[in-house]
Amino acid sequence: MDALILAKRTVTKMVRNPEQFIDVTLQPVLMTVIFVFIFGGAVAGGTEQYLLLTLPAIVVQTIMFTSMTIGVNLNTDLKNGVFDRFRSLPITRSAPLIGAVLGDIVRHTIAVGVSLAFGALIGFRFHTSPLEVLFAIVLMIVFAVSLCWISVFVGMIVRSSGAVQGISFLVVFPLTFGSSAFVPADTLPTWMQGWVAINPVNHVIEAMRGLLVGPEYMAGDTTVTGQVLWVLASCVVLVGVFFPLATWAYRRKI
Amino acid sequence: MTNYAIEAHGLTKSFGQTQALAGIDLEVPEGRVLGVLGPNGAGKTTAVRILATLLRPDAGTARVAGHDVLANPAAVRRSIGLTGQYASVDEDLTGVENLVMIGRLLHLSSRDAKSRADALLEQFELTDAGRRLAKTYSGGMRRRLDLAASLVGHPSVVYLDEPTTGLDPAKRDDVWNMVRLLVAEGTTVLLTTQYLEEADALAHDITVIDHGRVIAHDTPLGLKSQLGGQTLVVRPADVAELPRVTALLAEVGTRDPEHPSDDQVSVPVTGDDALVRTVSRLAEEGIAVTELSLRLPSLDEVFYALTGRAQQTADDASALETEGAAA
Repeated sequence: MDALILAKRTVTKMVRNPEQFIDVTLQPVLMTVIFVFIFGGAVAGGTEQYLLLTLPAIVVQTIMFTSMTIGVNLNTDLKNGVFDRFRSLPITRSAPLIGAVLGDIVRHTIAVGVSLAFGALIGFRFHTSPLEVLFAIVLMIVFAVSLCWISVFVGMIVRSSGAVQGISFLVVFPLTFGSSAFVPADTLPTWMQGWVAINPVNHVIEAMRGLLVGPEYMAGDTTVTGQVLWVLASCVVLVGVFFPLATWAYRRKI
Repeated sequence: MTNYAIEAHGLTKSFGQTQALAGIDLEVPEGRVLGVLGPNGAGKTTAVRILATLLRPDAGTARVAGHDVLANPAAVRRSIGLTGQYASVDEDLTGVENLVMIGRLLHLSSRDAKSRADALLEQFELTDAGRRLAKTYSGGMRRRLDLAASLVGHPSVVYLDEPTTGLDPAKRDDVWNMVRLLVAEGTTVLLTTQYLEEADALAHDITVIDHGRVIAHDTPLGLKSQLGGQTLVVRPADVAELPRVTALLAEVGTRDPEHPSDDQVSVPVTGDDALVRTVSRLAEEGIAVTELSLRLPSLDEVFYALTGRAQQTADDASALETEGAAA
């Protein structure tokens, strides 16, 4: 309940600072243009086929970046004294953190919406049922909410918000590029294929391909159900590890 | 028997190598105002943060509104209101939204939170600004909103951490009046300040701290007599008159007159008639003055009187205290 009140605060602040939406709106557009039109020809011999493979990956990549901004925002909040007020109130200790994570669902939803809409504008079409698409979107947001906790944890332990940003990029890059996002995984060196196999983001990307354009666009030995279960398991692990760490780091400040 | 709203004994706290509190005792009877006076880095904010359950002491005990800050922080939080050194209002929310959010967090219904917010805005003369974003507020309005925010839950104990630092004198008077209202309602207040004048205007008792230790505790009156009362400052219209003015002030003062600037003479005085005597002596001698004032000792003078040494501006310690507050 406390968390919902604070989630409302996060959303209100977001709406009042529309420039905060620049990253979630422009970034997927830029990424799509860069990857599809610059690399598409070289990697897949044409943009059309490559768009079908890459757009689901770009949506996931966008979500990764929007999940990382929360740590920066919380780190700033901690400094300007607003959290002192929250902490001096008789509310659930973790409520300010949960509230921020829940409020950020709005950002994730916008990010997914813009990515898919821009994809559609340049020729991407869903090859699956509306129900599967809806499930894909929900799954992606669940993943984003789970991934957020890494950023929240970093935001709680690092001193400056600039450092939070730096560390977040270090987290995002190996997760995004160490996957089949932009190139077929079997073109990668063997040691890196080992990482791809366990990289949760790779499983999200495969699941998105399966749910948005169909199983025939997934890597050879995978199934939609299998990938979805992988994603859900990753979410449990992410929350199971980073939620306690983040709340511990937050309480440690008391 | 006195009931204490705040009772702290032997509080210590270190941040790394720096000792912010070296064993502090604070006692505030219910419904009274304690002024905690000290320079930057003396440990004032650290003490407030411990009493507000934001920071754990390394040693010592503290009870607030009858609850132990370590054993029962939740009960302490239900009894306190905190106004920080920097106004901790949410800039992207309006005045009303700030207060309603806190009301909701304190489990008021939507309607009760709204009416509490309206009442507080009116009390703090912010009704007209209530629908504007807090980022458009002036410094004084922000402090008032911050103060209002700390009162949403009708706390019985309120901490005001340097509530007027950085405000101009008119805005400062506004905040003082708000504090007086609060006290009139029976709230216990712990006020930290760098100004003796502020502690004198608001507090029933004053505790002076320096380098994490209590160096004096008294009523404002007691403290002032301990410090040698007030300081009389005279600026003659003609600088050539300085020696005569100096000689004249030596008669009324309790110590040798000093020259705080090239054209001023100052001297500590006691008693109610010092000003009158000075004026009549100046008239007798026919000396014209451009400035004649009676003021309370500055913090520097307080420290000089209490410790016999010039106060070191504790910049290192204050940097560390801020760091500790942020960590």
